[in-house]
Amino acid sequence: MIRFIISKLGLLIPTFIGVTLIAFAFIRVLPGDPIELLAGERGVSPERHAELMALFGFDKPMWEQYIIFLGNILQGDLGQSFITKQPVLDEFLTRFPATVELALCAIIFATLIGLPAGIIAAVKRGSAFDHSLMGVSLAGYSMPIFWWGLLLIILFSSPDMLGWTPVSGRMSAMFWVEPTTGFMLIDTLFFSEEEGAFGSAIHHLILPTIVLGTIPMAVIARQTRSAMLEVLGEDYVRTARAKGLPVGRVIGLHALRNALITVVTVIGLQVGVLLAGAILTESIFSWPGIGKWMVDAIFRRDYFAVQGGLIMVAGIVMIVNLVVDFLYGLINPRILHTR
Amino acid sequence: MKKKLLTAVAGAGMALALSAGAQAKTLVFCSEGSPEGFNPSLFTAGTTFDASSRQVYNKLVEFERGTTKITPALAESWEVSSDGLEYTFKLRKGVKFHSNKAFTPSRDFNADDVVYSFKRQGDESHPYHKVSGGSYEYFQAMSMPDLIKDIVKVDDYTVKFVLTRPEAPMIANLAMDFASILSAEYADKMMDAGSPEKVDLEPIGTGPFKMVGYQKDAMIRFAAHEDYWAGKAPIDRLIFSITPDASVRYQKLKAGECHVMPYPNPADLEAMDSDPNINLMQQEGLNVGYLAYNTKMAPFDNPKVRKALNKAINKNAILDAVFQGAGKVAKNPIPPTIWSYNNATEDDSYDAAAAQKMLEEAGVSGLKTKIWAMPVQRPYNPNARRMAELIQADWAKIGVEAEIVSYEWGEYLKRSKAEDRDGAVLLGWTGDNGDPDNFLAVLLGCDAVGGSNRAQWCHKPFDDLVQKAKVTSDSAERTKLYEEAQLVFKEQAPWATIAHSVVFKPVRKEVKNFKIDPFGGHVFYGVDIE
Repeated sequence: MIRFIISKLGLLIPTFIGVTLIAFAFIRVLPGDPIELLAGERGVSPERHAELMALFGFDKPMWEQYIIFLGNILQGDLGQSFITKQPVLDEFLTRFPATVELALCAIIFATLIGLPAGIIAAVKRGSAFDHSLMGVSLAGYSMPIFWWGLLLIILFSSPDMLGWTPVSGRMSAMFWVEPTTGFMLIDTLFFSEEEGAFGSAIHHLILPTIVLGTIPMAVIARQTRSAMLEVLGEDYVRTARAKGLPVGRVIGLHALRNALITVVTVIGLQVGVLLAGAILTESIFSWPGIGKWMVDAIFRRDYFAVQGGLIMVAGIVMIVNLVVDFLYGLINPRILHTR
Repeated sequence: MKKKLLTAVAGAGMALALSAGAQAKTLVFCSEGSPEGFNPSLFTAGTTFDASSRQVYNKLVEFERGTTKITPALAESWEVSSDGLEYTFKLRKGVKFHSNKAFTPSRDFNADDVVYSFKRQGDESHPYHKVSGGSYEYFQAMSMPDLIKDIVKVDDYTVKFVLTRPEAPMIANLAMDFASILSAEYADKMMDAGSPEKVDLEPIGTGPFKMVGYQKDAMIRFAAHEDYWAGKAPIDRLIFSITPDASVRYQKLKAGECHVMPYPNPADLEAMDSDPNINLMQQEGLNVGYLAYNTKMAPFDNPKVRKALNKAINKNAILDAVFQGAGKVAKNPIPPTIWSYNNATEDDSYDAAAAQKMLEEAGVSGLKTKIWAMPVQRPYNPNARRMAELIQADWAKIGVEAEIVSYEWGEYLKRSKAEDRDGAVLLGWTGDNGDPDNFLAVLLGCDAVGGSNRAQWCHKPFDDLVQKAKVTSDSAERTKLYEEAQLVFKEQAPWATIAHSVVFKPVRKEVKNFKIDPFGGHVFYGVDIE
């Protein structure tokens, strides 16, 4: 087990250095002068341009900028956003709980619907339910998030249609909840005295959760179905059935546990998908998370915010994948002993 | 907790609609983005000014709401010396600053606050100069470091600005957002506490609203300043609900989740106009959209060629197709809402045959050029690509072959400044201070060649008029000079002036007394809700 953990951790170091290099290079290869963008139509004089380049350290050779950047990361300093003049790490951390809250809700929603749906479809293979599930999940998987989000807003939030849910945001403008943990559900439930704030937070989560959870839900349902189909055809399942075990026990204990390995892998991989999807979902629903923040930073060529944000996101995805690797080990101990 | 869960459902429903008048009067503004910070002197974006200078702070002088007219604010009166080099301001007495958790003011506003607010920006040795990144781009862009020689506190309620040269637009400059007055006492206290940057994040001003809280990218909450010197605002609470997507803003406005929204999608205007709950306000913008030739490159160095090309452009067709009628044909480089606008100027009327003849007379045939189309939507040009295509088609009719080029926005701004640039550039401008100098000198002056003068046009007779007007304090004489400058401009035609756009502002019907700000901002003092 220890060797397994060390080998996985060892792989993280080169991956992380690769990520820093990509993050550093990515924003710099994009065309667009950040100083000109800052100044707009008015522009800046060449002298002022040079002064500002020096102020932000852009006048140094690329390799030197990279070494400084790497050195700062090792000290936990991601630099200062040149738009807001605030430390990038602080900017990231204030917004991150909002993204995590939304992503967790989305993955819970996706799993709660996708997993049972996949199991039922596999058990009732070829049935009308199976066919409709496959059709719906294919549609869900192919749905452009932006379009899907706006469609749901118009359907559920517009006063001309159903008007059931709020249009966007994390909380009604009528409430003011000081962030304690940054997780709105926790803050409203335990740290706020405002009556109705918790309900408002849940209400605001409904549509973004559905929109962000749709693709993972489709993927989980399809993967569960195929993994279950494979396992249900195995000899030991037939044996279990032949022994006269109840259907629920055969499916729930014997088949599902083995099928879960694939499903857990898929759920783990969805973390990357969720963070990517969060960029669009957060933009549509004015959700104050890191996705929207990163988009703004890219458009404004805020080099430090973009590279800092990319590193944080990549680091998180790497850690989640590592945790998923360990989970495999727990579900299927044979993995720990393979080289 | 059980109680909270029980009330959750009811609360969620209740919170959905904002019923005006049920509690304290609350106005929700669906703002388009997050402010960069809360000290307007550090930033240049209108979004930041909306959340800071326009609600929280005052300036010495201010624009009367909804106009470009300058009125006294923190300065009750001012005098200009006969040589135009000294501006002496008499300050208002009894003006109270806001307070917050970290600071309670011990004194009223006075001259120290004015000196602090300007010295911080201009004096590199000031202890606050380098705080929060230390770049003051608007102060720089308005040439304040060269212009202001000194700011002297004469007594507690008198401040004198000493200039290096006469500058007639000085008063208008002081009404701009970067000239907001911050509290020197708060700054001192935060410096002593070792957290000077708090001054820029948790603002203390004298304005009609005090900032109560900010949740990044989500909400900003303001409360009416009870002791505001001009009287408490009619609304009690002002909330900015940050909503970047225009379609979502519109849905929120319809659902009553907000009362005022900026920057509607042009495609939604018709539906907004017919919505019984929405009042679609509109006003001519303080802007101009233009096509700038490179007057340093042949054959565009010949005014006759430029005029011929101008005559070939069907501006009315552009107005219909690009602005959907929500604009006005531009004949001058300044919008009609600015004083000194010369209505006597005659535009180059659309006449393809005459244009072709003029080109032939100038000895130009088989001309090939480029039209630069901006990659972004701007208030003065909602669709540059479409505009470029229409001009391309118009020019094709007189035998001019134009290729449309575009670059990423930052790159576009940079490359279009090059003096050896190939082709004509589509661009525009929204005024900062309502002074003609802010258009004519900034966009067409000799000093701006290689910079914001995209036509690279340095024409001495024009520049002399503008420079003379800049140092003349008599407004009637200034008006005459600017009117003459506009005639010279038209005759020389360094640009094709295309349009002045109309600005739309959808507000809910229960909102009363909202006025569209000609500078594109949002001022909520004076606005009421039924």
